[in-house]
Amino acid sequence: MVEALTRYVQISALWVRASRAYPVSWWMLVIGGFLITGVEFVGIWILFQNIDNLGGFSLHEVAFLYGGSGVAFAIADLLVGRIERLGQMIRLGKLDQMLVRPVPLLVQVCADEFALRRLSRVAQAGLVLGWACTYVDWTPSRVLLTVLMLVAATVIFTAVFVALACIQFWTIDSAEVANAFTYGGNTVTSYPLTVFPSEVLKAMTFVLPLAFVNWYPSLYVLGREDPLGYPAWTQWLSPVVAAALVAVTMLVWRTGVRQYRSTGS
Amino acid sequence: MALIEVSDLSRTFKVRGRAPVEAVTDLSLSIEAGEMVGYIGPNGAGKSTTIKMLTGILVPTSGSIRVAGVDPSRKRTQLARRIGVVFGQRTTLWWDLPLKDSFDLLQKVYRTDPERHRANLAEFTELLALGDLLHTPVRQLSLGQRMRGDITAALLHDPEILYLDEPTIGLDVVSKGRLRDFLRTLNAERGTTLLLTTHDLQDIEALCRRVVVIDHGTAVYDGSLAGLHQEGGSTRTLVVDLVDEAPPISVAGATVQRVEGPRQWLSFPADASAAPIVAAVVATYDVADLSVQEPDIEDVIRELYLR
Repeated sequence: MVEALTRYVQISALWVRASRAYPVSWWMLVIGGFLITGVEFVGIWILFQNIDNLGGFSLHEVAFLYGGSGVAFAIADLLVGRIERLGQMIRLGKLDQMLVRPVPLLVQVCADEFALRRLSRVAQAGLVLGWACTYVDWTPSRVLLTVLMLVAATVIFTAVFVALACIQFWTIDSAEVANAFTYGGNTVTSYPLTVFPSEVLKAMTFVLPLAFVNWYPSLYVLGREDPLGYPAWTQWLSPVVAAALVAVTMLVWRTGVRQYRSTGS
Repeated sequence: MALIEVSDLSRTFKVRGRAPVEAVTDLSLSIEAGEMVGYIGPNGAGKSTTIKMLTGILVPTSGSIRVAGVDPSRKRTQLARRIGVVFGQRTTLWWDLPLKDSFDLLQKVYRTDPERHRANLAEFTELLALGDLLHTPVRQLSLGQRMRGDITAALLHDPEILYLDEPTIGLDVVSKGRLRDFLRTLNAERGTTLLLTTHDLQDIEALCRRVVVIDHGTAVYDGSLAGLHQEGGSTRTLVVDLVDEAPPISVAGATVQRVEGPRQWLSFPADASAAPIVAAVVATYDVADLSVQEPDIEDVIRELYLR
């Protein structure tokens, strides 16, 4: 594990060094990324100029949900987001090359063309979260759960990225399907889940458990009753869900690699 | 035990709505350390599939493989340090990075001893004349330059086995020659075991004492190149341009296949020397020009398979 991470850092560092060859375009991408994602939250802020609450949640509370999901998603995207190009790597034969190197395949796929500029998204979401945190009534257990939430949420998004990308082992052109759940999941969890029909919340609790990214723990941190009446212990369940997702993802990944068919020639 | 041991190896690909495709069927093969083996066969015969199974990229459907004592698909990353792979049609190198950066990254990936890496890099850049290209991004390299870069990349970690899949495809005559010289030196000086697939008979002639011919996923021949020609009944052709039109030439050891004006095609066994036939023709006729056509490997294989 430590070795895998070391390799990840080494390969990523090389890409960072390579991208420094074009500093102007690098900074433009960073600033552009910051602005594009920033506009998203400005939209929510404008919405609140016309309404008092969204699904029963104030602007500060929505900002906490938005920031929590955003930070976790952006870190996951920074670390493993490249995996959405698995199909392309298969098609170009890049995966064959990676398979004959003495580094775990997953590390190579995720670190390939690592782009540090994606940090701009982490920064943007982090700012919103930081602002929301100034309105939270802090207690030690709330601090603890916030930290647990951010770690678990990052792990959950990372696992979902990888597991869904594995579909590309079977159907090369399925990146869009995965995007619907990863990017889509990020968008949905940016809002209080009470704004959606209750089926959405059920699906995001029991099918693809993205409600554990921020919804349940945030209810505790914000001191809110669960509007749908789920027991209070679900609010501490995110780390368990994250661990379970990692186990399932590793299984899916291994299965995918073992039945990999390569390309012709 | 041999360095590479393959027995009853098969790989089928399931195709939706159609019968499964058997890319490799009951293939058995054994290669000793230090051998240079040419692995040939028509397109779609199963060459690349075999290489992919030997390197652990593909998991066999049935049968067993032992490379350096381990099962490649189960111990893929462990085996990776001991093998080098060059796919002629694709590059291992990072497209946007200078050659040197790719090599540095590979040193980290393989954890090659820095001293060893430096010495190898110096030696290969010298032998393959890469010195001036180290700071050029890979996308700006010509095909021949890129191939030399790829071969260097595959060798920097001192592999015991080098797999080359169509290494000379698309290269010009000079580049091909240089590459063959290099591979011969590599095998002689480092004892690296070479397994190469190719369509170019001259690659085999220049490099390999042993040839394995595969067709429809099965080895149809395993032996020397001369033996292959004998078995395939292949012939070379002497094309004679006479000064004047003449009736079919009659010389010992060759038969006329075709006559077209002053030009005649004489065929003779591939393992026979052209010299006495040329001498006999020149002694009897007024010759404007001569050339020898080598047998087409595809024809030889087809012949072999039809039996």
